[in-house]
Amino acid sequence: MASGRLRGGFLFFFLPVALWLALLIVLPHLELLRLSFTDSLAGRFTVANYLAFFTEPIYWLTFVRTALYSLLVTFLVMTVALPVAFYVTKVVDVRLSGFLMVLLLVPFWVSELVRVYGWMILLRESGIVNQVLTGLGLLKEPVEFLYRDATMVMGLVYTSMLFMVVPLIGVMDDLDDALIEAAYDLGASKGAIWRTIVIPHCATGLVSGGIIVFMLVLGSYLTPNLMGGKNSLWFTEQIYNQIILYFNWNQGAAFGFLLLLLSSLIIWAVLKVTGQRLKEVVK
Amino acid sequence: MAIALSVQNLTKRFGSFTAVKGVSFDVDEGRFFSILGPSGCGKTTLLRMIAGFYRPDGGTILFNGRDMADIPPNRRPVNLVFQNLALFPMMNVYENVAFGLRRRGEKGAALDRKVREMLARVGLPQSGDKRIDQLSGGQRQRIAIARCLVLEPTVLLLDEPLGALDAKLREHMKIELKTLQAAVGTTFVYITHDQSEALVMSDAVAVMKDGRFEQVGTPQELYHHPNSAFVAQFVGTSNRLPVTFCWDGSGRPRARWGDIDLVLPEGFAAEEGSPWDLFVRPEAMIIDPDEGTDNVLSVTVRALLFDGGNSRLLVTVRDRPEELTVALPQTGQYDHVRRGDRIRVGWASAASRAFPGGEDRG
Repeated sequence: MASGRLRGGFLFFFLPVALWLALLIVLPHLELLRLSFTDSLAGRFTVANYLAFFTEPIYWLTFVRTALYSLLVTFLVMTVALPVAFYVTKVVDVRLSGFLMVLLLVPFWVSELVRVYGWMILLRESGIVNQVLTGLGLLKEPVEFLYRDATMVMGLVYTSMLFMVVPLIGVMDDLDDALIEAAYDLGASKGAIWRTIVIPHCATGLVSGGIIVFMLVLGSYLTPNLMGGKNSLWFTEQIYNQIILYFNWNQGAAFGFLLLLLSSLIIWAVLKVTGQRLKEVVK
Repeated sequence: MAIALSVQNLTKRFGSFTAVKGVSFDVDEGRFFSILGPSGCGKTTLLRMIAGFYRPDGGTILFNGRDMADIPPNRRPVNLVFQNLALFPMMNVYENVAFGLRRRGEKGAALDRKVREMLARVGLPQSGDKRIDQLSGGQRQRIAIARCLVLEPTVLLLDEPLGALDAKLREHMKIELKTLQAAVGTTFVYITHDQSEALVMSDAVAVMKDGRFEQVGTPQELYHHPNSAFVAQFVGTSNRLPVTFCWDGSGRPRARWGDIDLVLPEGFAAEEGSPWDLFVRPEAMIIDPDEGTDNVLSVTVRALLFDGGNSRLLVTVRDRPEELTVALPQTGQYDHVRRGDRIRVGWASAASRAFPGGEDRG
């Protein structure tokens, strides 16, 4: 009887999750997968939607561009987040570090859209930054900071930084201060301490944060669209265009699956190259 | 003999609290020097100043006569064995030992030879490829020391490295550390709160209390000739008897302990009626002493604490509240002693030490 009750309890908790996954995640994806292998006009099975990605340079070039920029953003986020996490966990005292954590989190309570518009108010031609710089006489006339790749990269770094800082603070907290002191005592310079002690210790946090940031950036739509302007085409915009502008759901679905497949491939390759294992990273 | 480490008038303040108050000492090359004190006495602060992690508020630190004032820890000819050892878990044993050499830019065959020699010296020649968590406590200890010694420091600092080991291993490591130090000839400065570690291993011991050195001397000097009540109490064990000083009829110094008159060492003089603490070591108290022993008390055995060669009796004298500890040699001679027995114990006046009373009672 006990096992029967156990099974009942198990079903009670398992069913909602299973239904959620099946109805909202698996089924739509299966439908999208079917669409991606279907001709948009005749409704027959075809791989043309996938082939279009490789035959039309604009598509795969957009993807390469998106992937390279995502890697760049991930790398920049790491270089920004490492000192931030180090400062919060190792430099300031415990009470202040809690406060700093709140400061890091607060901006993320606001939606990404609002934050991006915030940046736009700051950076546009008639924006605050331009007013200050021209007012000080540093610039003769206002400059358009928006709609450049550099601005877009900065925006992406800003919006995804927290997802790197949080796992890094987690692993950095575990780093025994004595290890840093021991390395210093044994003759290591500050650079050598970072290279040999801090970064190897944080490897799991860097990789897990890196995967989250890379995926988020690769799949982000708002920031590249609003801050990157017309010239900085992001792969998600290609999907959006196919589905919303051309109403070609089949092509859009194929691009969606290619994005999933290729980004997974990149992460797999990076894990292989850095010698990390997914099992340890997700721990 | 050259002086490897010279500390002059070193002071460190944290806010309004002064952790180290003008400490001075010299350590000769090749010596094993210990700083012994209770926790919070400032010994770790002192060590961290020598290593360079704290900047002193006053005083100088000299290594082989060179002032270390503005030299950061990574460029001092001194290495520290941390309390928790701080071995690098992200590297194997070999890389831990090679770490400091690599930071100096050494590489190739010369580095390899030095690392292998050092691993062999600490008795772990085959452990190079092991991860740190595959080592036992004693092996980690040896690697932590090897990692420093391979750099041939002028002085090796050790911050209670035996604290985390179990009792049996700690006894073993004491002897091993002493042997290792004698073999390599490096100057060791060892801090500990464990008097037995300090006494067993050291050539010289400084007893530290409240940021000051109470006494510096060989273990034997500290044990037999403590110059303060604190040292008498902290080094080894002592019975403390609160007494008042008085002269007897023939002008010899006496101590009154309740209604008992005790003979004080010859030549001792103090003000009539002043309070003193008399310290007598348990092993100075002899059971069934010879006739003519200076102080003989008739006592009742309250408890028998059997601990092999370190066995003791707890005894009381009539209505006195103090419980005295008496060594119980395991020679078979005193096997008849039982709880509740009334026995005689005595000590020679020369084996007792008296210090002004009324301070650190407790």
